Amino acid sequence: MRKLLLLMTVVLVGIIFIARLFYLQVYNTSAYNLYEDSAIKKEFNYPKRGYVYDRNGKLLVANQPSYDVMVIPREVVPLDSANLNEFCNLLKITKEDYNRKMDRATNYSPRLPSPFVPQLSKSDYAVLQEKMRKYEGFYIQKRSLRSYQTTIGANVLGDIGEVNRSIISKQPYYKMGDLIGKQGIELSYETTLRGTKGIKFIQKDRFNKNIGPYKDGIYDTLPKPGKDITITIDSELQAYGELLMKHKRGGIVALDPSSGEILAMVTGPSYDPNLLVGRDRSKNFSKLYRDSIANPTFDRGLQAQYPPGSPFKVINALIALQEDVVDTNDRFTCRMGYYYGSRRLTGCHHHKSPVDMNSGIAQSCNAYFVNVYRRIVDKYDDAGKGMNTWAKHARSFGLGNFLNNDLSVGQPGRIPDGDYYDRAYGDNRWGSTYIVSNAIGQGEVEATPIQLANMAAAIGNRGYYFTPHIIKSIEGETIPSQYTTPKYTTIDKEHFEPVIQGMFDVYNKGTAATLKVPGIDICGKTGTAENFVKIDSVKTQLTDHSIFVAFAPKDNPKIAIAVFVENGYWGSRFAGRMASLMIEKYIKGEVTLKHMENWILTHSLENEYAKPYSGEPFKINGETTLQVIDNYAIENQNQSTVKQ
Amino acid sequence: MLRENQRRLKFDWLTIILFLLLVAFGYLNILSASHTGEITNYFDTSELYGKQLVFVGLTFVLIILILSVEAKFYERFASVIYLIALLALVGLFLFGKEINGARSWYAIGSMTLQPSEFAKFATALAVSKYISDLQTNMQTIKDQLRAVAIIMIPAILILLQNDAGSTIVYASFFFVFYREGLQQVYLAIAIITILLAVLGLKFGVLITAVITAIVITSSYFLRKTKRTSIFQYLLVFIVCVGFSYGVKLFYEHGLKEHQQNRISLWLRLEKDPAKLERMKKAEAYNLIQSEQAISSGGFSGKGFLEGTRTTGKFVPEQETDYIFSTVGEEWGFLGSSFVIIVFVLLIIRVLFLAESQKSQFSRVYGYGVASILFVHFTINIGMVMGLIPTVGIPLPFFSYGGSGLWGFTILLFIFIKLDSNKINEW
Repeated sequence: MRKLLLLMTVVLVGIIFIARLFYLQVYNTSAYNLYEDSAIKKEFNYPKRGYVYDRNGKLLVANQPSYDVMVIPREVVPLDSANLNEFCNLLKITKEDYNRKMDRATNYSPRLPSPFVPQLSKSDYAVLQEKMRKYEGFYIQKRSLRSYQTTIGANVLGDIGEVNRSIISKQPYYKMGDLIGKQGIELSYETTLRGTKGIKFIQKDRFNKNIGPYKDGIYDTLPKPGKDITITIDSELQAYGELLMKHKRGGIVALDPSSGEILAMVTGPSYDPNLLVGRDRSKNFSKLYRDSIANPTFDRGLQAQYPPGSPFKVINALIALQEDVVDTNDRFTCRMGYYYGSRRLTGCHHHKSPVDMNSGIAQSCNAYFVNVYRRIVDKYDDAGKGMNTWAKHARSFGLGNFLNNDLSVGQPGRIPDGDYYDRAYGDNRWGSTYIVSNAIGQGEVEATPIQLANMAAAIGNRGYYFTPHIIKSIEGETIPSQYTTPKYTTIDKEHFEPVIQGMFDVYNKGTAATLKVPGIDICGKTGTAENFVKIDSVKTQLTDHSIFVAFAPKDNPKIAIAVFVENGYWGSRFAGRMASLMIEKYIKGEVTLKHMENWILTHSLENEYAKPYSGEPFKINGETTLQVIDNYAIENQNQSTVKQ
Repeated sequence: MLRENQRRLKFDWLTIILFLLLVAFGYLNILSASHTGEITNYFDTSELYGKQLVFVGLTFVLIILILSVEAKFYERFASVIYLIALLALVGLFLFGKEINGARSWYAIGSMTLQPSEFAKFATALAVSKYISDLQTNMQTIKDQLRAVAIIMIPAILILLQNDAGSTIVYASFFFVFYREGLQQVYLAIAIITILLAVLGLKFGVLITAVITAIVITSSYFLRKTKRTSIFQYLLVFIVCVGFSYGVKLFYEHGLKEHQQNRISLWLRLEKDPAKLERMKKAEAYNLIQSEQAISSGGFSGKGFLEGTRTTGKFVPEQETDYIFSTVGEEWGFLGSSFVIIVFVLLIIRVLFLAESQKSQFSRVYGYGVASILFVHFTINIGMVMGLIPTVGIPLPFFSYGGSGLWGFTILLFIFIKLDSNKINEW
C-alpha cells in the first residue's frame, strides 16, 4: 500500500489534468475563429457603394462620407468626470445617453465593436478626430452613406440602414454597425452595390498596442468596390407620376412592353428618400412605418392587391375567343345588368343594347362579360374543369402569382381555380352563377398594379411579355436571361386584334372617350372596383377605386401602364386621366393636355381618405363632392421645374 | 573493458528519452513565448530563447559530469552537499539580489543563480542519507522530527527570502517519509487537515463543526472496541474545530493580501462584484489570460509560433511559470495532453526504478526525485489551468531559467547514476 500512494496520486492528477484540458479546450470552446480572437484587431476597409443611374444616364444615388464612433466596451478605460463631460459634448450626447449606449454595447458584446454614435457630421468629426486618442476603446470608423441626387422614387431606390442582430447571425459578412440595403433596389441589389469590404488583421499585445500585421498579412484583403447600376426607371416620368399622385393614394406602374423594363413605379403617398439618410434615419423611418393609415412605406404599385375591376374583362374576352365559346359578333342583351332568371346577379350602366365584343369592351358592359364568362366555365360538364382552364389562361398573363422579378417586394394576387371553389363551397357544390363576379374583375380575383401593367404589355405585344424588371445594366455584367426571354401566353396571336380594337374604341367612343391624346393611338380599359373596409368591425363600403389599364401606341406599343387610385370613383375620373397624361409625357416628352393635368393637380382625395376615420357617418361615390385645392397646380409646377 | 561498456549502457534510457522530450519541447515553447518579431539568430543571447539555448547546452555538460562521478560519491558526500546548499541559502541574506520582492538570487555579472533550485536535490540527498542510516527508524517520533528538521531548515530559509512557492515544494518529502515507514495516522491527519482547512474557508467554521460532529458521532457509535472514552472523541472534535477556526484566523490576518485574494479566487469566496472586478485586473488577471490562451488553442492548437495570445504577450510571466499556457494555445489539447502524459510517465518510471533499487539510499532518493517532480508538476499546471490557487513555482524542464533547468537535471541525473550502479550494490 505504501508503495502505491504516490503512484496512484500521480495517475489521478494526470487524469484530472487531461479532463480539465478537455473541458477548457474541447468541450467549452467553439472552433477557433480569427474574427472572435481579441488578440487580433480587425480593421475593415469599406468599399465605395455602387452608384445608381436612371435609364437616361441621370445620376440618382451617389455617396457621401460618414463617420461612426465605435466602441469596444472591454477596452474602454473609465473616464473621469471632466473627460466624460468633454467627450459627451463632442458627441453631442448627455451623460445618461453615454451610460445607456455603453450598456447596450456591453450587452451586445464586450469584445466586439458596436456603433456608439453613428453618422457624425463632417464638422463634428473634424473636432473629435483630434482628441480621439484620449478615449481608449473608442475609434472612428469611416463609412459611406447614400447621397440622393433627387427627391423622388423613395420606393424605387430604397435606402440603407444599420444591420440588426438577426441579419448578423444569418449573414456573418455583416458586423455590428455595417450598413445594408433595407428597401427598394438597395435591398434587391445589395450584394452588387455594396462590393466586398477589405479587412486587415493586426496582432495586438496586451496593452492593446498594434505590434504588426497578423501572419504578415496573408489573410488581409483589399476592398472590392461596389458596382454601378443603371435602372430602367425614367426619372422624369417617375417624377411626373409622383406629382400626379400627390394627395391621392394608389399606384402607377409603367412598363416598356418590348423589354419588360419598368419605366415608372409610383406609389402614393410617398416621401423624400433624403429623410432616410444619416442620424435621423431611424427616427424618420419609424414615423413613416408607424403611419398605418397612409402607410407611405407600403408600395401600392407592387404590394397592394386590388380587385382589378373592368380591365380584367379583356382577359375574359381573350379566353373566350381561345376556348372558342364565343365569336366576335355574338351579341348579348343588357337590361342594366345581368339577370339569372328574375334575379339580377350584377348591375350595369346605361348604354345601347345588345352589344357585341367590340362594344362590350368599349362600353364595359357587365352583362356581356357575365355571359361570356359563364360560357367559358360551363364549356365542360364540370364547372371545376372549366374554371381550371380559365385560371390556366389567366395565369399565363403573369396574374395570380409572384412575377419573380428583381424587386424587393411583391404580392401574388389571386386567380381562383376549380380547386379553390371546391375548397370554399365543397366538391361540385357550385356552378358558374356562384362566381360571376370574376367576369368583371371583382369577387375572388385580385391583382397588383404591376401585374395589370404587365397584362397590358402582354396584350399590346399580342401574346407575350418580358418579366417586368428594374435592372437595365450592371457595370461589367449582363443582366439575367430570365428578363430577356419572352414568356408566351396561352392565347393565340389572332385573338388579340379584336380585343385590342375594343380597347382602342374605349378611347374612340367608349368610357375613355374624353381622355384622348392627340396624335397617339391609345388602347385602354377603365375600371371601377367596389371595395369595403371594416370600421369598428362593421363591413363598410367606401367609394369605388378608380382603375385604368392602357398601352400605346396601338401597334408596337412603347408603354404599358396600370393606374390605381384608391377611392377615386369611376375609372376615367382619376386613373384614366393620369394614364393619358403619363402616356403623353413618355411618348411626346411633354404634356399638352394642360387642362387635364390641371384638373388632376387641383383635385385631392385627402378628405375622402379621412372620412372613414372621422367617426361621422359619411357618403360614398356619387353622393360625395370632390375636394379642390386652389393654386395647387401652379405652385407644384414651379417646384417641379425647379427640381428638373 | 567489456564490463565497463556494459555498465555505461546501464543508464535507464527510457527516463533519459522522456527527459529529452521535455527539455526539447520546453525550449520550443520558450522560443515561442519570448520571441518578438522575426527570429534572426537562435543563439542571440540578448533574447531569452537564446539564453535558454545556452542553458540547455550547458545542461549536457552537467549531465556528463554527473554521470562520470562515482555513484558512491553522492551517498558519501550527501551531508557536505546539503551543508553547502544551506550555506548558499544563508549567504543570500548577505549577498543576495532582490528580484520581484524575493531575495533568492546571486548575481554574477549579468547572470543570476538561484540557490533554492539546487537546495532541492541537496535536501533529497540529505534525507536519503539520513533515512538509509541503519540507526534511523522512521517509526519513532525522534527520528521523524530529525527528518523533518532536515527539510525544514532549507524550507524556512527560503520562506524568509520571501519565496513562499518554493517552500511548499518541501512538503513533497511527506511522500518519501510515508513510503519509508511513517505511520498511517499521519496520512489520515494530512488528509483531514486539508479537508478541514478547505471546508472551514469555503463554508465557514460553523458548518465545518457540524460536519465534524456528525462524522465523529457516527464513528463513536460504529466503533468496534469500547476502549476509547467519549472524552477522547470530544477532544478530537475540539481540536478539529479549533484547527478549522485557526485556519480561518490565519487566512484573515496571517496572510498577505495578495495571498488571501488568490485563495479567495480559488474557492470563489468573494461575492462583492466590485472587488471581483478589481481582482480580475490584479490577482486574477494572469489566470484569466492563461485560461483564455489555453482555451483558444482548441483541439489541435494554433500551431508553433502561431499563438495570437502568446505573440501578443497577453499572459504575463508566460516563459517562466505560465509556460504551459503556450503549450495549450499553440499545441492544443493534443500537445498539452502529450506533455501531461510524458510527465506522468517520467514520474512513474522514476518511482518504478526507485522501488527496484537494492540500496535504501538510492530508493529514498528516487522517491524524493519523483515526489519533487510531482509536486512541481501538479502545482504549476494546476495553477495555470485554474485548478489550484496561484503559487509561483516553475514547471520542471519547461520554464525559462538556468538555475531551474540545472537544478532539476542534477536532481534527476544523480538518480539515473545511482540507478545505473544498482548492479554493484549488495
